[in-house]
Amino acid sequence: MKNTIKICLGLLAIGFVSCEPEFDNPVTNDGFYTSGSANVTNYVAVGNSLTAGYADGALYITGQENSYPNIMAQQFAKAGGGEFTQPLMNDNIGGLLLNGTQVFENRFVLAVGASGNPSPVRLIGTPTTEVTTSATGPFNNMGVPGAKSFHLNAAGYGAANPWFARFQTSSSASVIGDAASMNPTFFSLWIGNNDILSYATSGGIGVDQTGNFDPTSYGSNDITDPLVFAGAYSAQVDALMASSTGGVLVNIPDVTSIPYFTTVPAQSIPLDAATAGAINAQFALYNSQVLPGLVGAGIISAEEAAARQINFSAGVNFPIMSDDDLTNVSAILQGPPFNLPAAVAGLLGQLRQANDNDLVVLTASSVLGTTPDPTNPTGVIGVSIPLGDQYVLTAVEQGRVSAAVTAYNATIKALADANDLAFVDARAALAQVASTGVAFDAGVLTSAFVTGGAFSLDGVHPTPRGYAYTANLMITAINRKYDATIPLVNIGNYATVTLSNN
Amino acid sequence: MKKVLVLAVFALATAVMYAGGYRVSLQGQKSLAMGHTGVAVINSSELVFFNPAGLVHLENKLNISAGVSGVFANVAYQNEATGAYAETDNSTSTPLYLYASYKATDWLAFGLGVYTPYGSSVTYEDDWAGSHLVNNIELAAIFVQPTVSFKIGEYLSFGGGPIFVTGSVNFNRNLNRTLTDLEGNRSNVTIDATGINEWGWTVGAMFTPTKELTVGANYRSKIDMNVEDGDATFENIPNSPLTPFEDTTFDASLPLPAEITVGLSYQFCEKWLFAFDVNRTFWDVYESLDIDFANENIPDSKNARNYKNASTYRFGLQYDATKMFTLRAGYYFDESPVQDGYFAPETPRNDSNGYTAGFTVNVGEHFEVDASFLYLHFKEVDASYDYYFENGQAAPFGGTYKNSVFVPGLGVTYKM
Repeated sequence: MKNTIKICLGLLAIGFVSCEPEFDNPVTNDGFYTSGSANVTNYVAVGNSLTAGYADGALYITGQENSYPNIMAQQFAKAGGGEFTQPLMNDNIGGLLLNGTQVFENRFVLAVGASGNPSPVRLIGTPTTEVTTSATGPFNNMGVPGAKSFHLNAAGYGAANPWFARFQTSSSASVIGDAASMNPTFFSLWIGNNDILSYATSGGIGVDQTGNFDPTSYGSNDITDPLVFAGAYSAQVDALMASSTGGVLVNIPDVTSIPYFTTVPAQSIPLDAATAGAINAQFALYNSQVLPGLVGAGIISAEEAAARQINFSAGVNFPIMSDDDLTNVSAILQGPPFNLPAAVAGLLGQLRQANDNDLVVLTASSVLGTTPDPTNPTGVIGVSIPLGDQYVLTAVEQGRVSAAVTAYNATIKALADANDLAFVDARAALAQVASTGVAFDAGVLTSAFVTGGAFSLDGVHPTPRGYAYTANLMITAINRKYDATIPLVNIGNYATVTLSNN
Repeated sequence: MKKVLVLAVFALATAVMYAGGYRVSLQGQKSLAMGHTGVAVINSSELVFFNPAGLVHLENKLNISAGVSGVFANVAYQNEATGAYAETDNSTSTPLYLYASYKATDWLAFGLGVYTPYGSSVTYEDDWAGSHLVNNIELAAIFVQPTVSFKIGEYLSFGGGPIFVTGSVNFNRNLNRTLTDLEGNRSNVTIDATGINEWGWTVGAMFTPTKELTVGANYRSKIDMNVEDGDATFENIPNSPLTPFEDTTFDASLPLPAEITVGLSYQFCEKWLFAFDVNRTFWDVYESLDIDFANENIPDSKNARNYKNASTYRFGLQYDATKMFTLRAGYYFDESPVQDGYFAPETPRNDSNGYTAGFTVNVGEHFEVDASFLYLHFKEVDASYDYYFENGQAAPFGGTYKNSVFVPGLGVTYKM
């Protein structure tokens, strides 16, 4: 009997010890995935909001967890990568407090309004992330929302940007200095988007500073001079290369294919025949007398006069708008021979009707067709009041953005080649998302607002799925350049927009 | 007796995962040690389960067998393309059985059995790569079977009886691959039902043309476990009318398929007994696992399974070594009912080879101790479940699976 018990206990013991199923080739084994000739043990990501994991108009924890650097780091960990630290926010509300005062807004969520239609709204709640008490850096993720190329090199940049102030190592630190102090073995650098993005999202109200080499004189919505960009960027590559075995550079996408510019149609003013006729009657003198008169006086060209014609018809019309690239004729119209009243002359000063080449920004949807002065029901934005310059990125303005991006991207590609770094053509990738979409296991990732899956509710920054796709682009480039075998993620496992009613 | 039964039923509520589909073949230590053969083996009251027709052939007036197994079953999953890796964290389950037979006359015997031929218990880490299919599941079904066995003439006997089944199910999965609440917690649903009671039946026949040769057949009916008004609990649901999930009740049905077993045993060289069984389980009744939520705004959950009928081929040997020791060994090949493309991680089953061994120690005249050990060997398999849909588009979930199952078991037999 005693022996029996012993034997049985022995059998039980066998059961305990040999229970774990083992694969012939477990993916968890060292060496199953490799980082090739690169060493990814200490990966540092440098960039702007895209690198930080910013989404839905804010920075918040789950967004940061789905930042492309964090997704990459999780895959790097399967090939020898180490810990990846991020300056995590305090909550999932978004928003940022500076000395108790909210300086950045809460995140957007997709809410169903009284009408029953889902639309992005700011999440209601009190943010709890305070700039002055945030954790001190440096962190592996050195993405700083709002940063332009030359900002990263600026000592004391935290004074101008609370996102960096949150985790700068000292008040005189620069982003690139803190990043380099991490002694990265591998890095990614994606910067330059904001050097044109704020110009574009503001409808081109800034100045194209091409030719001006002094960035301290730039306004926040200006386009950075390409040589200023090149100088800043190449200094950053040098700083990060000092300790790294490799890195990946990412170029600047064509911002005009993001939902912020493609969601609101240029043609947006529905009118019946009677109303269209009545409005046309009001512009009759302008079309038939004023414009030809200006051409006759040699003030504008015949082409400009043609572009400035206002014509409404029954159906959906282009709104009238103010275009700061047109000749401002307001003062002239107040003098002879026109002698128009100041208010009318002001209205006509840089007036034209939008056309198919214009991009109307996402935020215009909340002003188009509205009557800002309730006592004057005929004052309708887009019909009798021109849509402000900040709501339209005109073809001319798009040309400035495009020229700058082309110049920046030439620099980025040249530096990637010169330093033998991996390179991601984000411009081509985004163009593909915007045109044909990118297939994944259960659908297609497109840049359609809300429904496309790639872009978050601010219309500018990716969703987790969009960031996962970005991470895959990077990993693919790294695998190719460094002969590595880091696995990709399944983007279908990553979320899109967040639903929530306040 | 009643108290013992209640106790046994309670303990059986923790069931196990493995064997074709959610069939669990652990219905007797003596039989299990011989490759779970037994449809034509006359050696204990385990016959209540294996073939009631044999009870009347038992020598003793009263036979009682009870046993317990310790099931160490685990599943590992990996996907080389993404580097995903998961291992189940199953608690050790301890299925039990209890059989009693009483020989009333030379030609008539009665029996009673309590056993658990179906069950599944799989626990993955929450939010693992396949969490939209299953986070964890626990199925249990306890069979209670009163039995009669009688002889007709010298060579032929029959037996059978009704089966009362009481079962329970608890199943949790994430609602899909991406939905979370505002804090990033994945939205999930738990369905839970207990006290699911149904009836079935079994019947067997045995032919004993010579003292050495026994031929047997046994059939067990299909039993549909119908859940009505089970509880469906939704967690981490975003606050939005776009997600209509709220706690409700559900109806569902899970078939416990019919099975037929035929086999023979042959006694040779005095001390040796060879047994061979073939099981055929009619799994094709398990077409789909459908969960019908009472709340009409919540889309019903449809999960194609499309099982196919599957067979198990069993071989066993028994050797009466000494008066005190009886040694046993066995092997079986167990076909999986899972078809290509339907490999769902809640019962990740491919074909397996079972190796068994065991012995009985005769302690005195009335008492025996039975021990068995089962090692179920699975090849690692690349498989996928291709019938999960997102917005009408299939999103296959695949990878490499490897199972391991070790089952030591102990039992006692009392005869008088």
